[in-house]
Amino acid sequence: MADFVSQFRENRTALVGAAVILLLVLVAIFAPQLAPHNPIKASLGDRLSAPSEKYPLGTDHLGRCVLSRLLYGARISLAVGVVVVGVAAAVGVALGIISGFYGGVLDEIIMRLVDAMLAFPSIFLALAIAGTLGPGLGNVMIAIIVVEWTRYARVMRGSILSVKENYYVEAARALGASDFYVVTQHILPNAIAPIIVVATLGMAPVILAATSLSFLGLGVQPPTPEWGMMLNDGRLFMRRAPHLTTFPGVAIMITILAFNLLGDGLRDALDPRARTEKELR
Amino acid sequence: MLNYILKRIILLAPILLLVSLITFSILYIIPGDPAETILTGPGGAADPKAVEEFRVKMGLDRPLHIQYLKWLNNVLHGNFGYSYMTEQPVLDPILPAFRATLKLAVASMILSLLISIPVGIISAIKQYSLIDNLSMTGALLGVSMPNFWQGLLLILLFAVYLGWFPVAGYGENGDFEHLVLPAITLGTSSAAITTRLMRSSMLETIRQDYIQAARAKGLSERVVIGKHALKNALIPVVTVAGLNFGYLLDGSVVVETIFAWPGIGKLMVGSIYMRDYPMIQGCILFVALVYVAVNLVVDILYTFLDPRIRYETKAKAK
Amino acid sequence: MTLLGVRNLRVHFPTEEGLVKAVNTVDLEMKGREKLGLIGETGCGKTVLGMCIMRLLQPNTEVAGEIWYKGRDLLRLSEGEMRKVRGREIAMILQNPATSLNPVLRVGEQIAEAIRLHQGLDKRTAWARAVEELEAVKIASAEERAKEYPHQFSGGMQERAMIAMGLACDPALIIADEPTKGLDVKIKMQVVRLLKEVVREKAMLFITHDLGAAAEICDRIAVMYAGEIVECAETSEIFRNPLHPYTQGFLNSLPNRGLKPIPGVSPSLIDIPSGCRFHQRCDCATEICEEEHSEMVEVKEGHFVRCFLFGEKDA
Ligand SMILES: Nc1ncnc2c1ncn2[C@@H]1O[C@H](COP(=O)(O)OP(=O)(O)O)[C@@H](O)[C@H]1O
Ligand SMILES: [Mg+2]
Repeated sequence: MADFVSQFRENRTALVGAAVILLLVLVAIFAPQLAPHNPIKASLGDRLSAPSEKYPLGTDHLGRCVLSRLLYGARISLAVGVVVVGVAAAVGVALGIISGFYGGVLDEIIMRLVDAMLAFPSIFLALAIAGTLGPGLGNVMIAIIVVEWTRYARVMRGSILSVKENYYVEAARALGASDFYVVTQHILPNAIAPIIVVATLGMAPVILAATSLSFLGLGVQPPTPEWGMMLNDGRLFMRRAPHLTTFPGVAIMITILAFNLLGDGLRDALDPRARTEKELR
Repeated sequence: MLNYILKRIILLAPILLLVSLITFSILYIIPGDPAETILTGPGGAADPKAVEEFRVKMGLDRPLHIQYLKWLNNVLHGNFGYSYMTEQPVLDPILPAFRATLKLAVASMILSLLISIPVGIISAIKQYSLIDNLSMTGALLGVSMPNFWQGLLLILLFAVYLGWFPVAGYGENGDFEHLVLPAITLGTSSAAITTRLMRSSMLETIRQDYIQAARAKGLSERVVIGKHALKNALIPVVTVAGLNFGYLLDGSVVVETIFAWPGIGKLMVGSIYMRDYPMIQGCILFVALVYVAVNLVVDILYTFLDPRIRYETKAKAK
Repeated sequence: MTLLGVRNLRVHFPTEEGLVKAVNTVDLEMKGREKLGLIGETGCGKTVLGMCIMRLLQPNTEVAGEIWYKGRDLLRLSEGEMRKVRGREIAMILQNPATSLNPVLRVGEQIAEAIRLHQGLDKRTAWARAVEELEAVKIASAEERAKEYPHQFSGGMQERAMIAMGLACDPALIIADEPTKGLDVKIKMQVVRLLKEVVREKAMLFITHDLGAAAEICDRIAVMYAGEIVECAETSEIFRNPLHPYTQGFLNSLPNRGLKPIPGVSPSLIDIPSGCRFHQRCDCATEICEEEHSEMVEVKEGHFVRCFLFGEKDA
């Protein structure tokens, strides 16, 4: 009974996370329909106005509607999250497969490279790369991909090593199956669940890193609306227009919270070890 | 023990080599020709003659591997390069900046432990109680709240509205009132992570047999938890202390920028704005070296904390 | 003179799957220096019974009945009073020493802390006494060994350390939970001999699987099945004249008596069978055994059995 309750509770928080994410996706897709104003159109007469009927969340230093900018900003953050996680996962999975499947020198090189990447605090490294490449959303995404692929490589390599010993892999190889066949037919399907969990859990740090770099002025360039940049613009007007310091932060936090909830829920559901630990209690 | 440390250091060598390669290559991802990029001002194209001179002066005209070896040799001799802006050794500003960062990181770490250890313990021994639910909700919010936003909110409340602390700055020498808000920003977000870890580690520990055995001796709950359980439950927390330090370093980038704290994060962001590539390179290399060293120290400390590992390594060393 | 009197004890655990009825209407009586063996299959509730006497079960456990010790009902003591009983009056040697010793504390400290607590000795004297305790359980170079950590001890030494810990404050009653489990034969014999020697002046509830050890040490033996005592008699009587079909089956399952396992499995403690708990596995079961639950009957002086084969069938 208590197990049912606690499971329900966990599922419920994960479901809330999923629902919020769905909502954010809808907001991103339908931003043009939802936004009351043009997000990049300055209206100097309305500068720094507090929330009002016309501007539900107020306006920024150029008189642009904060709500509209937040709605459009969801597009950037989610797109960055999906693209970065997607590419990083693809690169990491590929290198993880090579490393785990072939072993030997390749494995040694890839794993030492992973270790070396992990020897840098990740935001510092991303900042150095993005900063050197120069401002721009693409460069920020490249920088974050460079630091993010390692987690997928490690997880993939780990799953491969554990799947590799299974009899059906041995059997398939004994029957003369090609490496490609063995990997796609036998290894990937078994290793995909942990990758999905890691990818979900990886969304929050990616979005956080991207908004941080934008906050520092490295991401999208004005006038495109982006949450981190909006916070940075707003902080100069903290006293006069505190709403500029509040609302974009709320948007970032809700997004990250939602991905954390969903990721934790998936991990608990898919990680048998975590599950038995719960049962033991 | 000494053998173990030596072995750890030897294993680090290839990683450090790769770290140096990665750091070095950062200079070569500059779009276009570095010399040209750097000398191209807002006004337009650079004077070709100046570019050529700059290239020779900075050694950019030589083959890549020669440049790398020369750079590596310099680094090994404590010369991390010269700033494009000031033409002074980059270490000159890095060292004091790092001192400021360290001050902030240590203050944050202390605050983080002061929060997370007691809250984690109470949450665990009162699992699913109101206080546990509250602190876990708080931890989840803390994990999800970006440092830069939290910093801004603290400034808004405690500096702008209440006026208790300065909005930003370093004071004479990282004075206490300047330290408070950035340390709270960094410390609470680190505490959010550590509290969850402390709680799950404590939950794991208190269902061990030796905890019942301690109770069977008639020890009070205070001793059972504070001595028998805590010593074991802290081990995972110490294990991730290195990671935690990296997390604080990462956080220092935005926090130092917001609070105008003259640490290495702010220095790095500043050098990016100035396109001072050797400074960026110097900062990232220095931070990586510190991070590697901290992780090494944590590993060694950890062997002192957990007798199982300490004696194992001793036995192996024999 | 009765030292420990367990009356009508019931211990139930509320769990997600249902109420686990781990101990049911157990009555036990122990005299001053008596050694009572408690035997039965794994999962029949022996450890729970011991932990219940120590009052170390988790707080949501439902406990009913009485546990009289030296004229006080332990179940009615405050937690503070109970703490003074633990270790000083009644000590429990927990099962599985490998996990019952704290891995990050020195063995000597784990013994000395109880001495400091109950006898108010200072650190150094308590440590010296801890070393003496280790010597008393025949650990060689006890002085050095006391400074070591549990993982540096062999299994036999860990068990001895647990015994030393139990004896440290000279309790009147020891509850030893499977102290010979997992030890190889030679070490097992040493531990049995040691236990016999060190508890000569004390009472001991000796929980075990190992009938040989029980025969060596115990004055009386109680046989437990599915949370209740089904037979209790003097040691020699139990071995010579086992009455309950379960006791007979248990004895026959021993290596030196033919290694014949009892068919079937122990019942779930959540859905306890009606009637006699053993009837599904019993060759002698009749109709009444399926329907009614037998009382404990004294078949002859000091030999109690819970079975319809003995005593009035119309109970
Ligand atoms: N805390 C608990 N919660 C639920 N069931 C328990 C708990 N502790 C013990 N049990 C159950 O009580 C029964 C008796 O266990 P135990 O006394 O350990 O058996 P043994 O006779 O082998 O020592 C077992 O079925 C066990 O699963
Ligand atoms: Mg047991």
